[in-house]
Amino acid sequence: MALRKKDEISGTETTGHEWDGITELDTPMPRWWLWTYYACIAFALGYVIAYPAWPLVRGATPGLLGYSSRVELLKEVDTAHAAQSAQLDKVKALSLEDIRKDADLLQFAVAGGRAAFRINCSQCHGSGAAGGKGYPNLNDDDWLWGGTLDQIHTTVQHGVRYIADPETRQSPMPAFGADAILNPEQIDDVADYVLKLSGQASDPDAPLRGATVYAENCAACHGDAGEGKQEFGGPRLTDAITLYVSDKASIVAQINKPRQGVMPAWSSRLDEATIKQLAVYVHSLGGGEMPVP
Amino acid sequence: MIGIINTVETIDAVPHNSAARRSLYAARVKIHPKRGAGYFRNLKWLVMAVTLGIYYITPWLRWDRGAYAPDQAVLVDLAHRRFYFFFIEIWPQEFYYVAGLLIMAGIGLFLVTSTVGRAWCGYTCPQTVWTDLFLVVERWVEGDRNARIKLDAAPWSLRKLWKRIVKNILWLFIAVGTGGAWIFYFADAPTLAHQFFTFQAPVVAYATVALLTATTFVFAGYLREQVCTYMCPWPRIQAAMLDEDSLVVTYNDWRGEPRSRHQKKAEVAGEKVGDCVDCNACVAVCPAGIDIRDGQQLECITCALCIDACGSVMEKVGKPRGLISYSTLRTYDAHKAGRPAVIGWRSFLRPRTFIYSVAWLAIGLVMLFALLQRDRLDITVLNDRNPLFVQLSDGSIRNGFTIKILNMEQQPRSFILSLDGMPGALMTMTGVDKEPARDLNIDVEADKLRAVKVYVTVAPQSISSEQTPFTFKVAEKSTGDGQETRNHPTIFHSPAKEKTP
Repeated sequence: MALRKKDEISGTETTGHEWDGITELDTPMPRWWLWTYYACIAFALGYVIAYPAWPLVRGATPGLLGYSSRVELLKEVDTAHAAQSAQLDKVKALSLEDIRKDADLLQFAVAGGRAAFRINCSQCHGSGAAGGKGYPNLNDDDWLWGGTLDQIHTTVQHGVRYIADPETRQSPMPAFGADAILNPEQIDDVADYVLKLSGQASDPDAPLRGATVYAENCAACHGDAGEGKQEFGGPRLTDAITLYVSDKASIVAQINKPRQGVMPAWSSRLDEATIKQLAVYVHSLGGGEMPVP
Repeated sequence: MIGIINTVETIDAVPHNSAARRSLYAARVKIHPKRGAGYFRNLKWLVMAVTLGIYYITPWLRWDRGAYAPDQAVLVDLAHRRFYFFFIEIWPQEFYYVAGLLIMAGIGLFLVTSTVGRAWCGYTCPQTVWTDLFLVVERWVEGDRNARIKLDAAPWSLRKLWKRIVKNILWLFIAVGTGGAWIFYFADAPTLAHQFFTFQAPVVAYATVALLTATTFVFAGYLREQVCTYMCPWPRIQAAMLDEDSLVVTYNDWRGEPRSRHQKKAEVAGEKVGDCVDCNACVAVCPAGIDIRDGQQLECITCALCIDACGSVMEKVGKPRGLISYSTLRTYDAHKAGRPAVIGWRSFLRPRTFIYSVAWLAIGLVMLFALLQRDRLDITVLNDRNPLFVQLSDGSIRNGFTIKILNMEQQPRSFILSLDGMPGALMTMTGVDKEPARDLNIDVEADKLRAVKVYVTVAPQSISSEQTPFTFKVAEKSTGDGQETRNHPTIFHSPAKEKTP
């Protein structure tokens, strides 16, 4: 141990260590510093007794105050719900169209709908509601079952091809090939006709033959000119948006043995206010339609 | 045997670490500053009155801003994210003005320290001001230095207990007043005052008052110089800012030494004597508990009370004042070397202070200019990223944008949002039933931000690349001189075009 020396100028002891001629003063700490240290220890002891602290096999010691961050969270959630109750009551009471016309309520419903959408709908439709192959894009203006607020609302309530719900949307397309309703040549021709309907290049003669096949088998649901029929859920064939098909081969496959998506009915899972907010949210995504007067 | 003992070297070692010799901790020795009188004491009274006045009165000043904003002159409205300072209103994104003020405060401190030393510590620091205030109370209740020392040494009695209780209660009143005034900067003062005394104020208000009461009471009443010496980093920083031209409180030992309590006797005896009569008046008034005659010390807050004390003693013994004085190291050295020296303008105007002043002024002027020129209308545009674009049934492409329009004026305003560039593009707004158009009317309330969802649609023939630049323009509807306009360039995204062979 180095000898302790006194610094001549300050009269304070040095630690006895020297670095390049600089020695360190060993100034004693103020005693109140020590007391604050003891106070901290006392506080820590009190804290350990008052709050959950010691880890046990299951959980931790509960502490005298019975504090729990989970309970705090639940309280905060309750407070948030209570703060929303007035607006939720309004959402329940008003018609969808009235909600849309009330700027504040619209904002509330869109935000609530977005949150509910992320939890319940994004698994199929995507978090941005852009869908994917076989899952409709809800941002665009192409609606299988209609894009007015009420139509969207009905679809969310009862689902599509969801057999547990008697009011569900139904649009069974026959398996024209697999069930031998049409022969392969006819299917090939009608596929060419469908290509032509949506303005794509196709075999020049085949559509003429396909037109007859189309009129007899397809027009009932898809419309005489392929314009689609929303009341039957018959998709429009003339536009730039398709759910399953992209080229002739996929059109043929779809006619042969159609793939048909299923959407659950949400009326049994979500409360009415949430479903209404979902409808308003989907309607706000840009493709929402106004009811025809 | 003796021979063997004699061969053992005796080491001159002292067991410094033995418990009897040293303590790891230094107990505070209570300081009993004597009441000072004189020029600097008066200056300090004045500074105290002004700083405390500013602190207590400011939140009660009113400033008319019209119907849409609070009428409190200085208000930090945390709940609504606004800061009001007389004619200036600052939104959170304009916080750089506050940052600029803080930088100015920093440079200002450098400037002050390099010219007049630790003037901040000695005159204006809240710790100094409130300690002074608490000392006034202490003197009023317990008497001046000697009476206080006597009272401290006296055994406990009813009289002593009574004095202690009165002193602490008065301190507590001041402390509550200090903490209480602070909260009025953060809410409408009259309203909050009413709420506070009817126990309807938010918990955080009471908690803040309690915390500041505690710190004021403990720091100004009991810790005092300990705060400056041990807690505050400022003495260390300020010490680094001083140079040989900075004003510091100096004991002019070239004049004072050798000090003598028996001047006449010593003179008669033919001894050389200095002016210092070793009366310890400078030590008695020192609130930091140091002897300035030991030279510049970290503990010295340069309150200059020792200058007053020494000056009056010098007058009494018929010698010129200024044995302890504000001096610079340069003049001190000159005097010591026997050269005449006075502190002239050169000690204030030198490259260092000039650079600080210029930097300080430049920042201030830039901020002032920016403040006078700043926009009271702003627009931000957020492109939808999920999805980036939407293809519609007729083949056209649509992009979604969240547009925020900030009306930072104290009155409602109407704006026209329009598209600039990308011919053929049209837009619609959620919640507004209107045919697609190239401009939209948007009303924004006073002092508010409004976010709108806008969809822009364009036919694929009208765009040639995956990213088409265009601009959102927002313009005030009135066409007068004060019409504000803001542009926000952005990008329209579209799907990759199929390559034609």
